[in-house]
Amino acid sequence: MSVLIFIDSADGHVKKSSFEALTYGAQLAKQLGTAAEAVLLGTVADDVAALGKYGVTKIHHVANETLNHVDAQLYTKAIADVATASGATVIVLSHNLTGKAVAPRLSARLKAGLVAGAVGLPNTAGGFVVKKGVFSSKAFAHMNVNTAMKIISISPNSFQTVAGEGTAEVVAAQVTVDSPKVKITATNKVTGQVPLSEAELVVSGGRGLKGPENWGMVEELAGLIGAATACSRAVADAHWRPHHEHVGQTGGSIAPNLYLAIGISGAIQHLAGVNRSKVIVVINKDPEAPFFKAADYGIVGDAFDVVPKMIAEVKKLKGVA
Amino acid sequence: MKILVCISKTPDTTAKIAFADNNTKFVQEGVQWIINPYDEWYALVRAIELKEKDPSTIIHLITVGAADTEPIIRKALALGGDEAIRVNADSHDSFYIASQIAEIAKQGGYDLIFTGKETIDYNGSSIGGMVAELLDQPYVSLATKFELNGTTATINREIEGGEETCEVNVPVVVSCQKGMAEQRIPNMKGIMGARTKPLKVAEPVAVDALTSVASFELPPAKAGVKLVDAENVGELVRLLHEEAKVI
Repeated sequence: MSVLIFIDSADGHVKKSSFEALTYGAQLAKQLGTAAEAVLLGTVADDVAALGKYGVTKIHHVANETLNHVDAQLYTKAIADVATASGATVIVLSHNLTGKAVAPRLSARLKAGLVAGAVGLPNTAGGFVVKKGVFSSKAFAHMNVNTAMKIISISPNSFQTVAGEGTAEVVAAQVTVDSPKVKITATNKVTGQVPLSEAELVVSGGRGLKGPENWGMVEELAGLIGAATACSRAVADAHWRPHHEHVGQTGGSIAPNLYLAIGISGAIQHLAGVNRSKVIVVINKDPEAPFFKAADYGIVGDAFDVVPKMIAEVKKLKGVA
Repeated sequence: MKILVCISKTPDTTAKIAFADNNTKFVQEGVQWIINPYDEWYALVRAIELKEKDPSTIIHLITVGAADTEPIIRKALALGGDEAIRVNADSHDSFYIASQIAEIAKQGGYDLIFTGKETIDYNGSSIGGMVAELLDQPYVSLATKFELNGTTATINREIEGGEETCEVNVPVVVSCQKGMAEQRIPNMKGIMGARTKPLKVAEPVAVDALTSVASFELPPAKAGVKLVDAENVGELVRLLHEEAKVI
């Protein structure tokens, strides 16, 4: 009996969402009085043993280069094999794009109940109940997991990473890896930027910014505070900004510590993608914009007046000339 | 080419979310039901486009639900598709639903199975992956583009911070999102035609649900927005730094 945490990596580096999963898994193992172990697929440049600082004692490493690209079928088999061999009873993953591809397959393969998008540790007093977001973050459900083997995928940015001391024992896992049925022919990635789903701070622009040529100030403000940039559907549809920046019901769903919305009215479809943000700040010239109802802080004013002033104030705060 | 499109009934995006019976039941009164947007706009419409390109394509729709799901599946048939199958069962466990779909898929011998990227009620993103595993087929999640050349599909899918293009031979299961197709509105001919398209009812196979809802909870109400004057932007920056501690 143990908790097995899946460590997700890309381009040779472990993802931030995996630190959250490791922390979550380690705390869950403590709660259950069992060991926290992890599984890593593919080769990475990072120091694997150092991941022990998040509370895992042992890392099963399948150092097979075929697994450097996410393949739902191969990943599922590898994780399931390690879980079975190591006697895991709970598997923890991030509900990120990899988790969405892999966790449901694992659930079906192992006949293990899956809670997808968990936001807290399970209640294990007399059962196994996990809280997750439902109705596009407008409510939560407490889900009973009724099987001996359980799978939890945790919502990114909903669980605080805790790093302590310690190194993990890294063991080579013996797993056969077939050749992938899905052949990757091209990858188009924005490099040097924090992926939106992992960003702690997000500055987002909407139609109120009038055109792509006005994004300079959005990018400047985001750069000053170390935020990623996002946009509304209207902006992505007009090709003012790339599709992967689009947040909302049809775009990405994010939960940063700060969501600063500039010139976005806050339609319910947009809120569905951002309402899990911890602090929401709205700058909009329309005092009736529905977004103000969901906001923590707001300024009723013209973005072209407020944002440059905000840039100047942040520069003062940061001591930047 | 034979395509199975998975259709789910969900409350409208703007529906009021409330719970009854000690927070164990979703209040359905006054709720308008729709086809899950991702199933409709992306999965179904892309399947219809493939059929328009190759008229020999056969499209079947499947839903797992009680009789009250039929207006939704008829609405989907009004957009397109040759026939629909309703598995007569009421369950919210993803594995139970995926098992029913996989059972029908096994009998139907489909080349492609399309789902939406998630449903807007349970937000699990689970059905496609589970169906693929149950059928031992490859699964391409969160697709933004889908092209077919003979029996090879070229698919763009979202990855963290970008996109990748991949090639896979059918059969394959694909979950669909924005980019796959554009939303359509059914026309009168489609609506009339949908009335006479076959809607078969299949009884479910016996499967144990792996999860169940213990209770629901509404998030705490927001304390209300703290408005700062547009002439005093410095105060907002101070609040974000000192009070919210986010910058």
